[in-house]
Amino acid sequence: MSVVVRTIARIVLPVGLAFGAYVIMHGHLTPGGGFQGGAVVASLVALIVVTFGAERLVRAKTWFSVVEDLGALAFVALAFLGIGVTFFRNVLANSGGLFGASVPLGPNPGILNSAGTLPLMNWAVGFKVIAGLGAVVLLLALFGKGGEGEDG
Amino acid sequence: MPFVVCMLLIAIGLFTLLVRRNLIKLVIGITIIENGVNLFLVSLGYVRNAVAPIYTYAPPGASRMVFPTPQALTLTAIVIGLATTALMLAFVVVIYRHQGTLDGGKIRELKG
Amino acid sequence: MRRWFFAGALLVVVAYLIGAAVWLHPFGIPSSSEMDDYFIANAQKEVAANNVVTSIVFDYRGFDTLGEATVLLAAVVGVALVLRRAVR
Repeated sequence: MSVVVRTIARIVLPVGLAFGAYVIMHGHLTPGGGFQGGAVVASLVALIVVTFGAERLVRAKTWFSVVEDLGALAFVALAFLGIGVTFFRNVLANSGGLFGASVPLGPNPGILNSAGTLPLMNWAVGFKVIAGLGAVVLLLALFGKGGEGEDG
Repeated sequence: MPFVVCMLLIAIGLFTLLVRRNLIKLVIGITIIENGVNLFLVSLGYVRNAVAPIYTYAPPGASRMVFPTPQALTLTAIVIGLATTALMLAFVVVIYRHQGTLDGGKIRELKG
Repeated sequence: MRRWFFAGALLVVVAYLIGAAVWLHPFGIPSSSEMDDYFIANAQKEVAANNVVTSIVFDYRGFDTLGEATVLLAAVVGVALVLRRAVR
């Protein structure tokens, strides 16, 4: 792509990453969460593939695979955290430790430190969606180049 | 009234699925059906004169909130629709690489 | 001949769909609301989150999110299996 497109893409990428991290992080206060923020960052991966070419990201394939598996395992491990009472029990809510503050009832400005295992689950699912959708976009783009001689 | 619009979307998707023969148009027809179904599912939980079900900076005079359960289930449905579309498009790409055509009536042999 | 048969079948299905849409409850006045009233009233006390929709997705109905994460994983594995390139 031309110089203008590449320069604007280099400016847009950090802003988009910050916006995606904000949507994932504040999932328990404002509309958003793991799936929505992951889709925002995955569209940035598509931007990289379109402007800089798919050959630049060939070495990132193993990174995508490892991060997706770690995200899924972290989600299941967080679900097993409260197995003493039941599966998927929110043991960190209203407890006073990490992410354990209580929230006053009714409309309020929002406390980032609240909601127990919800922000941790948001991060796990966010990483999983970023790696999964990025891998799908990368595979569809890499299939067009080369690949002749698969089985005749 | 919004329910009838969602059913019209499903009808348009069904018509595309039955009449067209190009593979990409079939994928688009399935996507239109999924969009109609998700829209119908979200519009089932609307309550008159109510605000969004979020307590951060909620308007202080509001008394009722929209039902949050259909919105939570539609999130799951959208992600599953995305997974289905990705798999279908991967199959279309491989079929075009092997058969050389995208017409559904001309793909006859089982390559193998 | 087959064309008219398919057109007639499509018309019957569309008429049934629109008839069902008109027969539902009027838009904006839902019929029963006990479960959603419980969620709206108790989400801030039990889950300590301001967003009721996220607390339903990840806490009250977390099992459905586990199934959805599995579907996403299976789809990515399927795409990677179909679109592989021969390694020499």
